[in-house]
Amino acid sequence: MSILVNKNTRVLTQGITGATGQLHTRACKEYGTQMVGGVVPGRGGTDFEGIPIFDTVEQARKATGANATVIYVPPPFAADAILEAAAAGIELIICITEGVPVLDMVKVKAYLAGTKSRLIGPNCPGIITPGECKIGIMPGYIHKPGDIGVVSRSGTLTYEAVYQLTQLGLGQSTCIGIGGDPIIGTTHIDALELFNQDPKTRAVIMIGEIGGTAEEEAAEYIKRNFKKPVVAFIAGQTAPKGRRMGHAGAIISGGRGTAADKIAALKAAGITVAMSPAELGITMKHALDGKAAR
Amino acid sequence: MNIHEFQAKQILGRFGAPVPKGQPASTADEAAAAFKALGQPKAVVKAQIHAGGRGKAGGVKLVSSADEARDFAAKLLGKTLVTHQTGPQGRVVRRVYVEEASQVARELYLGMLVDRKAGMVSVIASTEGGMDIEEVAAKTPEKIITEPINPLLGMSSFLGRKIAFALGLKDKQVNQFASLLGSMYKAFLETDASLVEINPLVVTQDGKVLCLDAKMSFDDNGLFRHPDIRELRDPNEEDPAETEAAKYDLSYVHLDGNIGCMVNGAGLAMATMDIVKFYGAEPANFLDVGGGANTEKVAAAFRILLSDERVKGVLINIFGGIMRCDVLAQGVVEAARQVNLKVPLVVRMEGTNVEQGKKILAESGIKVIAAADMADAARRVTEAIRA
Repeated sequence: MSILVNKNTRVLTQGITGATGQLHTRACKEYGTQMVGGVVPGRGGTDFEGIPIFDTVEQARKATGANATVIYVPPPFAADAILEAAAAGIELIICITEGVPVLDMVKVKAYLAGTKSRLIGPNCPGIITPGECKIGIMPGYIHKPGDIGVVSRSGTLTYEAVYQLTQLGLGQSTCIGIGGDPIIGTTHIDALELFNQDPKTRAVIMIGEIGGTAEEEAAEYIKRNFKKPVVAFIAGQTAPKGRRMGHAGAIISGGRGTAADKIAALKAAGITVAMSPAELGITMKHALDGKAAR
Repeated sequence: MNIHEFQAKQILGRFGAPVPKGQPASTADEAAAAFKALGQPKAVVKAQIHAGGRGKAGGVKLVSSADEARDFAAKLLGKTLVTHQTGPQGRVVRRVYVEEASQVARELYLGMLVDRKAGMVSVIASTEGGMDIEEVAAKTPEKIITEPINPLLGMSSFLGRKIAFALGLKDKQVNQFASLLGSMYKAFLETDASLVEINPLVVTQDGKVLCLDAKMSFDDNGLFRHPDIRELRDPNEEDPAETEAAKYDLSYVHLDGNIGCMVNGAGLAMATMDIVKFYGAEPANFLDVGGGANTEKVAAAFRILLSDERVKGVLINIFGGIMRCDVLAQGVVEAARQVNLKVPLVVRMEGTNVEQGKKILAESGIKVIAAADMADAARRVTEAIRA
């Protein structure tokens, strides 16, 4: 098992004819993902390397039975693309686009609350169930099927964590990049709830960063409800206050959202925190060995 | 992106918020003329820098004549003002704002910001105006009122009245306040703001609600919709290396250490800074070259991080996903030739086309210390600068 995506997931690409859309649709298809259609307004009836293109998400869904979509459209149009997918009843919407205005996301979030759609992102690498389904921009070959769940606000730092796990022989159930923006669809807690219910997932690596209070809330949730070992890392221990560190959401504002606060909250909840990003894999290995020995 | 007080007041005024009359001045004579133009017995001259705490730092004065306005402006302009928000290096005052004086009866705090937890814009208000709101929130959280605004409903009048009554406003002030919130929210949405702060919001002695100070910040991701707001960017308030980096669409933040870092991805870039510190050195910068970087962009990034004279060693950490290691290596080689690299360079590469990347570096003739992994890279760069 896994969470959210597997070999049966049928995926659309919104923005399939753009450079990014082409590159990653091809890579995901090669990985084995069922890429069943593309959406580009005005290009309906054509195709991309044999994948049919539709004018609207609604048409694409009806024709292909897609239950997931990945969005690569430029920032000014990303919110509209998410809304279109939700209105068409797509269950899982993954928005890779970086640079979506935060007030667009305020509207999107309010609209999604009344639908059955789940959003991952924006500004994220996507989601992968190794060996079954890769949706997004992560390099597929670093992953290995297994039983460690990974949830992260970062892209390349997630690859780092996955790579370390794979090197140690620890495969992954599902890896989900939730995105680096201030307002995102799926949060740490949402992902943890899914991992909690997934019998295949034995333990979880949670990667957070400065800004907001999502990791503090996740710590509280883990303490109360989570039954599996969690190893956490918080990026930005050396980040100054009031400066945006690349990600729109990675900013210590109003004195809140520091790495120190987050690490303290995680530790107080009994979660193992790796202090060095080079020790994510080995910390997980130790956590699992300790558990087995007990 | 941040703007000056007078610019924020102009924007809020345009949306109907009650702001005092005033004029910006970049010379002492302009300040005197601005005093005369106001035509009132008293005015306030305020230093315009992107930082709070100007009053306590001596950057604000009540004046009673054009001469006095001129003298105070002359004293401020070109001087460095150090407030608790500027850091010890302070900020040079290049403009003052000459504004009509107000008779203050009460000082309140009013803010609007993107509330991450609520996923909405929230109003923050407090009876403790004119104070540092972070301090109020820490010491007396019960004095902070927070109300999220449902984006599908907008700024409802009832919510405005609710906050007004909680602040102890009465009579006409209640509707004035609710109307101010409406103007603020409209300004917030229509400029893609991320923060609007009125501190203090005052009740004047004749019972009117007035925005005595104003601060606005904008969502960088929303600026493409607002060329007029983008025009208000003041490069004097920004680090020159950061401005240069922005031209190449690089995300760079200048820090105080001596290890220059170049990384792809914001999370990994922060983690790289952290591991440098973990091994006992201090990062000189945050630098994310992004996912789709080409050779030119990498070369620019390398030049920018080396423009900081404190940099005694460079650590490049790339996990190639979209970013290919051969492209990165090519950029580094080009830049190293251009700038005549004199400090130790440690490179850790992993991911797409890593073997080609390593080959390009090895054959370039540039002295590169290759690292096996992140920890090895951080260890090697800290050792190299101590050698």
